[in-house]
Amino acid sequence: MDFTEDQLQRYSRHIILPEVGGKGQRRLLGAKVFIVGAGGLGCPVGYYLAAAGVGTIGIVDGDTVELSNLQRQIAHSTKTLGMYKIDSAKATFESLNPDVKIIGIKERISKDNIFDLIKDYDVVVDGSDNFPTRYLVNDACVMAKKSLVSGAILKFEGHVTTIVPGEGHCYRCLFEEMPPPGLVPSCQEAGVIGAIPGVVGSLQAIEVVKLILGKGDVLKNILLIYDALKTTFRRIRVPKNPDCPVCGKNPTITELLDYDAGYCAVR
Amino acid sequence: MEEDIKPDKKINIKGLVCPYTFVKAKLAVEDMEVGQVLEILLDYEEASRSIPKSMEDHGQKVLKVEKINDTDWVLVIRKEKE
Ligand SMILES: [Zn+2]
Repeated sequence: MDFTEDQLQRYSRHIILPEVGGKGQRRLLGAKVFIVGAGGLGCPVGYYLAAAGVGTIGIVDGDTVELSNLQRQIAHSTKTLGMYKIDSAKATFESLNPDVKIIGIKERISKDNIFDLIKDYDVVVDGSDNFPTRYLVNDACVMAKKSLVSGAILKFEGHVTTIVPGEGHCYRCLFEEMPPPGLVPSCQEAGVIGAIPGVVGSLQAIEVVKLILGKGDVLKNILLIYDALKTTFRRIRVPKNPDCPVCGKNPTITELLDYDAGYCAVR
Repeated sequence: MEEDIKPDKKINIKGLVCPYTFVKAKLAVEDMEVGQVLEILLDYEEASRSIPKSMEDHGQKVLKVEKINDTDWVLVIRKEKE
């Protein structure tokens, strides 16, 4: 594939990097990334991946844009209030970069649709804001052997980790079971400074780009914890657990579960 | 003798400024085989210094940097690595 003159200009800051070059840019343009959620994390992830020229970006989200989202969900705007988030995000990303094909899915991700949704993608990004979805996405990616860049935010703390099935840890190696319902506050209850998902989502976007390029070291077997109040980053080693119920030697979870049991839907 | 090296490929990037000078030069090198030689004709003075430096940073060999008239330079680069 030859670059157009517009593409040479648009991607010049990539092409001049030894780690990217024309070859790496072509890989980005040919890559397919699936993002779970078009909210606080999904917006910056999608925004930067669209800017980077990731050729196909799928996004699943069944919600509509509310005024309370706009403090952090930067792909949406006052003009897109009431629209489906995926329509709002698609318009934003496509106007940023017409090279990118955005496939929006107006659904809630579930055990019944996830395998079908992710099957054509190279990398999955979890930008969800609740435990049932996080465990659902983890288990499905392990079973389908899809690389997963997981992010989470709570108050002033952000977590990022990259799951490469067969090579490194998974989310259940880290936290085997979901916390009991009611014990852990949801983001909606907890509040967050808008730039924190911006930091975490940007870190996720860079992990995705490195996975696509095959360059650098991703957060495999590592949980990165960002403390925004102290402005610190901590790297916690997370060994793969041989007894992990989903990625261990003798897994006990071999099909997707009823993740929502006991949890109310968090919007 | 470096003077006698026949380029395998020539590009003319006169009229371009940084960083597009390097973008064009780098893409040309990427499309070549290791050991092949690229000749670059340019008229942007800064690039006559920055392209050789960047090419060396990327592991390529700069065989020649020559001002050939009032406005133009010729660079000759040999591809040493992918
Ligand atoms: Zn595991």
